[in-house]
Amino acid sequence: MSELVKVEHLHKEFGKNVVLKDINLSVEKGEVVVIIGPSGCGKSTFLRCLNGLEGIEGGIVYVDGLPVEPESKDIYKIRQKIGMVFQYYELFPHKTVIENIILSPMKVQKRNRDDAVREAIELLDKVGLADKKDYYPRQLSGGQKQRVAIVRALIMHPDVLLFDEVTAALDPEMVHEVLQTMLELAKNGSTMIIVTHEMAFAKAVADRIVFFDQGDIVEETTDVKGFFEEPSTERAKKFLKTFAYE
Amino acid sequence: MDVEVIKTYLPLYNEAILLTVRLGWFGILAAFGIGLLGSVIQYFRIPVLRKIAAVYIEVFRNTPLLVQLFFIYFALPKIGIKISAESCGILGLGLIGGAYMTETLRSGLESIDKIQHESALSLGMTKRQVFFYIILPQAFSVSIPGIVANLIFLLKETSVFSTISLMDLMFTSKDLIGMYAKTIECLFLLVIYYLIMLLPVSVLGTIIERRARYAQFGD
Repeated sequence: MSELVKVEHLHKEFGKNVVLKDINLSVEKGEVVVIIGPSGCGKSTFLRCLNGLEGIEGGIVYVDGLPVEPESKDIYKIRQKIGMVFQYYELFPHKTVIENIILSPMKVQKRNRDDAVREAIELLDKVGLADKKDYYPRQLSGGQKQRVAIVRALIMHPDVLLFDEVTAALDPEMVHEVLQTMLELAKNGSTMIIVTHEMAFAKAVADRIVFFDQGDIVEETTDVKGFFEEPSTERAKKFLKTFAYE
Repeated sequence: MDVEVIKTYLPLYNEAILLTVRLGWFGILAAFGIGLLGSVIQYFRIPVLRKIAAVYIEVFRNTPLLVQLFFIYFALPKIGIKISAESCGILGLGLIGGAYMTETLRSGLESIDKIQHESALSLGMTKRQVFFYIILPQAFSVSIPGIVANLIFLLKETSVFSTISLMDLMFTSKDLIGMYAKTIECLFLLVIYYLIMLLPVSVLGTIIERRARYAQFGD
């Protein structure tokens, strides 16, 4: 079984408000799945259900064959398999870049400091930020912070990476550097689930497009190019139109 | 004002300030310990202890230290619990300070965005690790102004110690005025010694506050 993430009949509600209804999705190892859809359609909530940051009311999520249950004892082990990058970076403001990155390898995986630092610098070097290792997050630009956040997720060697609108808070000129980093990861075979509003990027990086609307998967296709030229559902068509100016 | 009088009184005031600082120091240490414990209880929402902590905070924040000290000093011996006047002072200061510290740290903890917690969880940390490595340090630096205000408040409150006949600054002054009626000199010394005790705390507090703010927000 090469299915890394498997979601079966996921149902999620906040009080009476149903945000996700009967979602089924599997993601294979090495696959890049891009989730798009209008704001408030449940994309971000869906990602948060995958690593148990949100509890679910029905169905089940498996990661690497293990069920994700927020209240179980295994959740901490499962979360190590799932890296997550957030819209507003969420670096720890009281720690330097290098401390941000090595904290979990040291405390969670009990790796020794030298080893963690060495790998952290290697990874920082790949995203062009090795010289910023002793800076505090506040001294970095948004794009730099987001690349540090990606490194912080990568150093845990997760099986799958979740990206939750990671460029939505960035200035346009910084979007590129972050997306470039993500493209590299995709090329190197990382399994990624990406929520984004960057359509050109989605087109370039996706192996599969999943279109969410009103808590439902409306369209799902591996014909990425075809989807952007001529989606098969009316709702997807309408959504894509909002990005075009004619 | 008679300088000679002041000179003769100086040794007495030196002793008094040492006592005040010593009791204040231990009281504040106890207050810190209780505050930390209280905020841990509230943060992790530990069922029964949480209710107890809430009652404790309300009782000790809403009664004067004077009343609390009287209770500890005069009422407890009646039910067979005898402790020295000094221990009473430390205990009283620790208990009222603990209630204030808990509240200050709690508001600091609440000011940290929930998503910081989530980003740490997503890295595989346990709730305990998240609290001690991520949330508490940030909450603490947010709380520093409140903590400094509490320290100054507690050191000033030590003046109540005079009521359980501890030879603190206040007691020494009242005593001397009562005996020799050198009111001006004694009050002058009293103000000066309180300032000697509190100004450094205030100044140091401002410096730490600024450094913590800088580390946190860069301004």
